[in-house]
Amino acid sequence: MSSPTSTPGGRKRGRNTNPSTPSSEGPTSPPSQRRRGQDSSTGDLMPMPTSPATDMLSPAAPQDNSLLSSPRPSVLPNEVDMSSPLMYGTPMRGTPARQRPDLGSVRKAPQVDLQSEPPSADGAVTSESNTGQRLVIWGTDVNVGTCKEKFQRKVMVFISVVGDPVLNVNCLHVQSFDAELYRQLICYPQEVIPTFDMAVNELFFERFPDSILEFQIQVRPYNALKTRNMRNLNPEDIDQLITISGMVIRTSQLIPEMQEAFFQCQVCAFSTRVEVDRGRIAEPSVCRNCNTTHSLAIVHNRSVFSDKQMVKIQESPEDMPAGQTPHTTIVYAHNDLVDKVQPGDRINITGVYRAVPMRANPRQSNVKSVYKTHIDAIHFHKTDEKRLHGLDEDAEQKLFTEDRVQTLKELAAKPDVYERLSSALAPSIYEHEDIKKGILLQLFGGARKDFSQTGRGNFRADVNILLCGDPGTSKSQLLQYVYNLVPRGQYTSGKGSSAVGLTAYVMRDPETRQLVLQTGALVLSDNGICCIDEFDKMSDSTRSVLHEVMEQQTLSIAKAGIICQLNARTSVLAAANPIESQWNPKKTTIENIQLPHTLLSRFDLIFLMLDPQDEAYDRRLAHHLVSLYYQSEEQIEEEFLDMAVLRDYIAYARTYINPRLSEEASQALIEAYVDMRKIGSGRGMVSAYPRQLESLIRLAEAHAKVRFSEKVETIDVEEAKRLHREALKQSATDPRTGFVDISILTTGMSATARKRKEEVAQALKKLIQAKGKTPAMKYQQLLEDLRGQSENAITKELFDEALRALADEDYLTVTGKTVRLLA
Amino acid sequence: MPSTHDWINNPLGVVEGMFAASQNNPNSGWEAKAVEFFKDHLKEKDAHTWVPSLNDVPLHYLKPNSLVKFRCLIQDMFDPEFYMGVYEAVDPSTKVLRCGKYKDVTECGVDFDSRNTVTAERQTFYCVPIPGENPWVKEISSSCLGFVQARVVPSTSYAPTRQKRSYEEDDDMDDMDTQMQREPHTGPQSPTEQHGNGDCKRRETEAPSSQTAPASHLDLNFPLPGEKGPSCLVKVYEDWDGFKLNDTLEVFGILSVSPALSALADKKDASSSLLDPTECMETAEEQRVHSPPASLVPRLHVLYAKPLPHNNPLLPSATLEDNSAFLSSTLSEMASVRAELLTFLTPILLGDALAAEYLILHLISNVYSRRDVLPLGKFTLNLSGCPTVASYTERFYQIIQQLVPSSYYLGMSLQNMNQMRFVPKKDYSANRLVSGALQLARNTSLFLDETQLEQGQLDTAGVRNVTALGNLITWQKVDYDFNYHQMEFPCNINVLIASEGRSLLPSDCQIHLQSQITPPHMEEYLSSIHVHPQASQLNKFRMYLSVARLLNYSISDEVTKSVEDDFVDMRKDDPQSISAEDLHRMLVVARLLSLSLGQTSLSRDSWLRAKHIELLRRSRMEQHTCVNGNEP
Repeated sequence: MSSPTSTPGGRKRGRNTNPSTPSSEGPTSPPSQRRRGQDSSTGDLMPMPTSPATDMLSPAAPQDNSLLSSPRPSVLPNEVDMSSPLMYGTPMRGTPARQRPDLGSVRKAPQVDLQSEPPSADGAVTSESNTGQRLVIWGTDVNVGTCKEKFQRKVMVFISVVGDPVLNVNCLHVQSFDAELYRQLICYPQEVIPTFDMAVNELFFERFPDSILEFQIQVRPYNALKTRNMRNLNPEDIDQLITISGMVIRTSQLIPEMQEAFFQCQVCAFSTRVEVDRGRIAEPSVCRNCNTTHSLAIVHNRSVFSDKQMVKIQESPEDMPAGQTPHTTIVYAHNDLVDKVQPGDRINITGVYRAVPMRANPRQSNVKSVYKTHIDAIHFHKTDEKRLHGLDEDAEQKLFTEDRVQTLKELAAKPDVYERLSSALAPSIYEHEDIKKGILLQLFGGARKDFSQTGRGNFRADVNILLCGDPGTSKSQLLQYVYNLVPRGQYTSGKGSSAVGLTAYVMRDPETRQLVLQTGALVLSDNGICCIDEFDKMSDSTRSVLHEVMEQQTLSIAKAGIICQLNARTSVLAAANPIESQWNPKKTTIENIQLPHTLLSRFDLIFLMLDPQDEAYDRRLAHHLVSLYYQSEEQIEEEFLDMAVLRDYIAYARTYINPRLSEEASQALIEAYVDMRKIGSGRGMVSAYPRQLESLIRLAEAHAKVRFSEKVETIDVEEAKRLHREALKQSATDPRTGFVDISILTTGMSATARKRKEEVAQALKKLIQAKGKTPAMKYQQLLEDLRGQSENAITKELFDEALRALADEDYLTVTGKTVRLLA
Repeated sequence: MPSTHDWINNPLGVVEGMFAASQNNPNSGWEAKAVEFFKDHLKEKDAHTWVPSLNDVPLHYLKPNSLVKFRCLIQDMFDPEFYMGVYEAVDPSTKVLRCGKYKDVTECGVDFDSRNTVTAERQTFYCVPIPGENPWVKEISSSCLGFVQARVVPSTSYAPTRQKRSYEEDDDMDDMDTQMQREPHTGPQSPTEQHGNGDCKRRETEAPSSQTAPASHLDLNFPLPGEKGPSCLVKVYEDWDGFKLNDTLEVFGILSVSPALSALADKKDASSSLLDPTECMETAEEQRVHSPPASLVPRLHVLYAKPLPHNNPLLPSATLEDNSAFLSSTLSEMASVRAELLTFLTPILLGDALAAEYLILHLISNVYSRRDVLPLGKFTLNLSGCPTVASYTERFYQIIQQLVPSSYYLGMSLQNMNQMRFVPKKDYSANRLVSGALQLARNTSLFLDETQLEQGQLDTAGVRNVTALGNLITWQKVDYDFNYHQMEFPCNINVLIASEGRSLLPSDCQIHLQSQITPPHMEEYLSSIHVHPQASQLNKFRMYLSVARLLNYSISDEVTKSVEDDFVDMRKDDPQSISAEDLHRMLVVARLLSLSLGQTSLSRDSWLRAKHIELLRRSRMEQHTCVNGNEP
């Protein structure tokens, strides 16, 4: 491999490539190989009867009499290339070794005794002089023996072997085991990983001598902390083991790549095999058997191919600096990694970073002076796969530096941290302190609890908030701010989104022509916040999908043959305008925004954003706005926490803080709930439901998170109670009586209104009974009679409702303009 | 003075000289020195005008590997590429080290296994000329270049390119012919004049041909339809993180049009062999986009890139702060220029002086800062009550075009709304960002003509386009479509909406035109306002508008106090009459009003005046509520 070396590091290495090796292999020595039939899966596809074509692939294995059994029988490498230490040593009880195209042709790297090597040839010096053995791989400081031994010890310490003949190794574990080994792994993956393979196979067959494997165990390291971001890749990373994260944007079709060419002499039918080296085949010009020149012809279906796929990944939007376009990188997946990922997947890739010079043209002396870069994938780790099933502790964790954690903790220790944070939230929006506090608690969210053992399933931990109020009270701006603040936020407008846009839709992928499920805003904002503007303008069918999301936090989809349930653990922050463009204080919330009460009761907090209209407020508002227009950036930053700190604070709290209720807090919550129920019961109505208790718990937990406290204490409950009451006072006040009445939200009608409805129905019933045995009455006549009798004004709606109530009792039926008695 | 211009004609020679000198001394930092050398030379008085500009001079008149400049917008950012910074010749007899920086192609066979090879990284940007740049900007910037061309080009690059032309397609020759026919010969001209003169015209006649010919197989990806001019692959060697998409730059770099680049690309198409893994991976489209023929899309290796705060060639190139003499002289004149501009604009706006005043405020508006999501300083104007006769809006736009450096007219016809691409979209198969009409440079004037709107249905694309316009106006951002996700790019575009009734799009400020002309005479009047002011006056206006936009602004504490008092008083009288939003607008109006008068801080007078004109405007609005059904 010619490898461009890194600029500043100065670690110049050339690697001895030995082109003569392939021809030295004997004609009867099929080297370690893998066949096309073996790639797609591990064991279960194997028992398929092989087609003649596959049969032809292994003619050199006449002992292959158990074709139908899994695992595939062995093809023994009976001649070991002794020049390379990395040849897969002793054949392991008939288990074929499998070539690793992801690492290139390493086997030709000779082992060099350092003592005999001229010191000028290599800058690298072994560090394992203590072992006494000084054999290293040429050009590196990797000592095979030590390396193997270390890794075996490491595997003993950390890992138990599982069923798949693939061993995934977390590089972090390697590092914590032996930093030197880790460094070697990162710097010389091409040499170290085969060594690991060797080590693990020796260990495996030592321990389980009777086990049969399809092929030898391959080691797949992952989570190399060398690089996390595609943008940081630079020439120094070439030929090193790296891990980057990104999103798959394209996958190519499967490409069969020739690993070994099969040549047959046209004259004497003598056959020979030539290994492909760097995309080239050294075609033998003379037949070694009959000495005829230029008689060898390639036989394609006896050559050995391996699977290869090009995967293009793009930087994830979170990792990108503002104002730039995302970078893309080409990744080659080999063998069983082919088709492991689909476009749209978010993945972490561990692999070897390569740079290949543009092919030189023999006819042209000058070449393009650019390299093509790609990554040979060794390990894929899907980050969003787990999101559907549970929180992924590995990938989700944002890494905080020590300093940052320290600043955050200092901030958390301040007694007024809650106020500070809430004022840092959308500083351009004035006042509305309680609303900001509510949104702050929403950003932190409650603690996740799992009650699946008791049959309840997951317990919603996310806080939903509805903002309603006059147009022009910067609701949209608040939503925009939140959307920009949280990493996984979505912003949609009720007017512009449909039910499928929110949930998921099935579409035909333009690339693969397959039906794929495209997720909508609610699923995309899983573990984030979904901001829905103009909530009131949403169509009913769209709104109905929110019912499931806002309580069960899942989305069930059954369309185009795809039936599934997706997680949508999202907090909903919605904004709604009143129906009459201005908030009518004489009406209830339901009447003002015309939303179904079933949906409203799923919001933990409903805030009204109204124009307060008092002088002191106006003055403060004016001051705030004017200062917005002349303060310089620095002054602003002095006053408020900047967005990045706030973002980190929230991310830290969400990841690391998981508060539990303390004894006193539980007592306080119980009391609060009982109090709330008592308030209502005095007037013959219920003012709290279990949903409200759950809201209180969530809010209290969120407040504890704000304080970085692992325990929910009484102050948290107090604040939750206060905020809940504030929100209730604003949204659930019955305009007729002035009392807080939770039933406005839970049933859509205040208790007084319901009482009134019942009274009218009773009066109507009395009226009809007073009329005696008349089986049918005129509708209009009845209305007029009732109006004449009642001292209150009876509207037509009220009358209709009363009729409906009586019809429900099976007392009468209404057909057209006549009312009939049933009894 | 050939010696002076060596660094322009043969910049690679300078670079290589420095590289060779550094060979004995590994820590010489020759790279920084080389960049410094060119920066210093460009700082010299007028030095930057000696450098030929890719915007004005057709590509085939420019000498390959010479220093050129390019005024452009970063349309797309490609992936970083690794190149051979230093390589060794393969010929064993001459084992010399070569420098690969600022070059696309190596000069000799490369010894790939040499341990002296140094790999370095560079970033490629796809740059297009500033979209919507008005003809006057091009004329002026090429005319101040004219004398340079006359002096430099004939002596050096002219002869070789002349020769080369015969190899090329006959397009150019045809062009010359047509041009000759169109231009009647006016007798023998001096070569200087012919060149300087013919240059502009040739540019105009030639550009369409160079556009139509390649369009069949290569889309140069201009944001606006009907744009012309060269696009360029700009290779940046340092600090590429500092550049952002849609930045406007003036790039000084080494022009590379090596035919080898195209040859390599062609060869690839012909023989995509199975065995070379790198070749079958890239799609043909991607090939075409990322390595287009150099004759069409030249490469430019950046030595020095200067961000452009504006693209008005009338302003001195130094920043305003550095040029206090210029600043003080213009500031004192601003009030009078403003009055002139007002009298100029009033007849165009049918004699409506208030609308003309608002138009000036709009033209100098600028998003100067952002508070969290809120852009400050934007002033989208909705000019309602525009007459629909005699293509008034188009005439009106022509006037705007004369005044601002870059602008775009977007007729909001149903067809345009449904079919045009507004929002840039990532094309993953070609791996590039396909541009859209809303990918505009900062301070571009976007003229939305809503009088073109007719009855009909907007399809999905149309609805998306209208939403994009709405987002642009309210948040000054465009959400680029990356297929799997959207990405938000902040922008700074002055949107002017001309409509009959109130616009269906949001706006910061709506003013209804009060025509002083009775409808029967409208057509006659409109045909008579075909004003062509003198060039000197126009230039004064152009300078005025650009300078006013660049000024700094502050509010003193006393004025803050009085503004607050005013607001409280107004609310006391009638809380419905003024909301926080109104105060926002009044503060912007006051700011722009002060700046338009050349005052850099808000005075009590300006505040009162802002209040006054807002009052006038609002009283007009009340008369015109319920003009159409769009009111909430």
